[in-house]
Amino acid sequence: MSNAHKATAPDPGDFLEVDGSLSAEERDIRDTVRDFATGELLPNVADWFDAGTIPDARALAKSFGDLGVFGMHLDGYGCAGASAVSYGLACRELEAVDSGLRSFVSVQGSLAMTAIHRFGSEEQKNTWLPKMAAGELIGCFGLTEPDSGSDPGSMRTRARRDGSDWVLDGTKMWITNGSIADVAVVWAATEDGIRGFVVPTNTPGFSANVVHRKLSLRASITSELVLDGVRLPESAVLPGSGGLGSPLSCLNEARYGIVWGATGAARACYQAALDYAATREQFGRAISGFQLTQRKLADMLVDVNQAGLTALQIGRLKDAGRCHHTHVSFGKLSCVAAAQRVAGEARSIHGANGITLEYPVLRHMLNLETVATYEGTAEIHALSLGQAVTGVSAFR
Amino acid sequence: MNIVVLVKQVPDTATERKLTSDDKTLDRAASDGVINELDEYAIEEGLLLKEKHGGEVTILTMGPEQATDSIRKALSMGADKAVHVSDEALHGSDALQSAYALSRALGRIEFDLVVLGSESTDARTGVMGAALAEYLGVPQLTLADKVDVDGQAIKVQRLTDYGYDVVEAELPAVVSVVEKINEPRYPSFKLIMQAKKKPVEKLTIADAEIDAARVGLANATTETVDVAPAPPRAAGTIVKDEGEGGVKIAEFLAEKKFV
Repeated sequence: MSNAHKATAPDPGDFLEVDGSLSAEERDIRDTVRDFATGELLPNVADWFDAGTIPDARALAKSFGDLGVFGMHLDGYGCAGASAVSYGLACRELEAVDSGLRSFVSVQGSLAMTAIHRFGSEEQKNTWLPKMAAGELIGCFGLTEPDSGSDPGSMRTRARRDGSDWVLDGTKMWITNGSIADVAVVWAATEDGIRGFVVPTNTPGFSANVVHRKLSLRASITSELVLDGVRLPESAVLPGSGGLGSPLSCLNEARYGIVWGATGAARACYQAALDYAATREQFGRAISGFQLTQRKLADMLVDVNQAGLTALQIGRLKDAGRCHHTHVSFGKLSCVAAAQRVAGEARSIHGANGITLEYPVLRHMLNLETVATYEGTAEIHALSLGQAVTGVSAFR
Repeated sequence: MNIVVLVKQVPDTATERKLTSDDKTLDRAASDGVINELDEYAIEEGLLLKEKHGGEVTILTMGPEQATDSIRKALSMGADKAVHVSDEALHGSDALQSAYALSRALGRIEFDLVVLGSESTDARTGVMGAALAEYLGVPQLTLADKVDVDGQAIKVQRLTDYGYDVVEAELPAVVSVVEKINEPRYPSFKLIMQAKKKPVEKLTIADAEIDAARVGLANATTETVDVAPAPPRAAGTIVKDEGEGGVKIAEFLAEKKFV
């Protein structure tokens, strides 16, 4: 009887029906972000990438805020309180347009807002979170330094006591939205370990310089933060923060979004290649009919769907309260690598056209170089997984 | 002000739309259901009027169970509650019968204004606003691209082939809108999450006191005699510009009576 009904052919756009188990609310959030991203962002993103910036980042922040995507997985303080899977879907649909746009949301919601939400005082939360959720204020997150990347514990930024004040000195590097931010969450070494500080960016001694000549994540604003004797009141410290684990727990939230985001970039590249191969004719027929192209498409299909399942499973674990940080390492390592493979194959299917901004593939391929690097390189996540299964740390 | 927005679920225009072979009604399984595009503008206008004048926006939908998805989306845009008329007996109802059924459902709701899209992307009859106003015995203000309400007075700018008319009436009234009227908002996540908690009243034809003899395919006032797929589009004409391209284009447009 089980064969009485012949199964219908799978949808090339969602071959394993990864989205089949989504709840109505999750589907609504996915569709809303997809409509917004394809309607409002996709028509502009190649120009932004070409210009190497987001020309009106404040307006973009406001429209993200109206949608409710900033801190959407947080509760209270103007945040939507959505599920982890919903947040993941939003990241996926944004990154299907461009990794830079997902980064904007990751930094605001998962890094800056999560740090304040998790470690901040009631006053700090009330001061910053509602306006950040609404996109009226932009936040950034300063952990990485020029000489302190994978090993953030080696940071040189210092916060010293001066009476009841704190004085911060140091430099932060690769800070998304740094030069347009209203508030920076800055991590600094104190006598009592690493603490987080909420720094209004108009505080004397704070400055931000835009990083130019990037070849990746160009539709995104990247900055260096300089803290030169930045004097802050006692109320600026995040009271719940203490030790390197604090910023790393925020990064884990952002990485979770990257796991999903990478699947969006992968899907966009696969879809572009599938469309291109069907219409591009050589030797008198569409190149999708050639065996070498089909092998590429098949490999891409497998990567896209396996990455999609991985992201969804990690999301379900997160919503069930069973997501360990090494699960996220698994996802970031595997999904970003899959996306890089897919982007590379997609670019080759596009031939010469694939190197232009008329098609999304090289843009995604270049972006993914950043995505594979920030918030834990592939090497660091491999070491994290190695430690998880052997019980032996190979790096600390 | 109590505003009722009519929302119709239609097959997604981006997918291939089909009729069933047995009774020539819409094959709802063949494509995803979405909110009729012009109804999104109607929802937006309802929400804008509520934001300006206060009151409530109620979504009224007639359609099978899966229309729930469209109702939820309308609520996610910010509507307050919904009424869903759903009954197997309504299957195959034509435009006039649907107007009758909706007028019965509206008889149970206090309203000052009914807003709807001026036509649907599936049947495209464009008569619902007029027919509904007749059944309700209230003024019809159709093809509106601007709506102003002042107390009990309503004034709309009605889009015509030659410009626009200004039409005035007293509330309650029915307004159908065109796409120039506004830019529909995206649902927000907070509203999406609240949507499932908003009240959706389900009505059968008995609940709405709809006469079964006046609805459904068997009693329809119109009949679908035959259907055929649209012929494939003919290849276009390519004008090669050899110094007189402009003349050739002008001749082409004149021949087609565009100029």
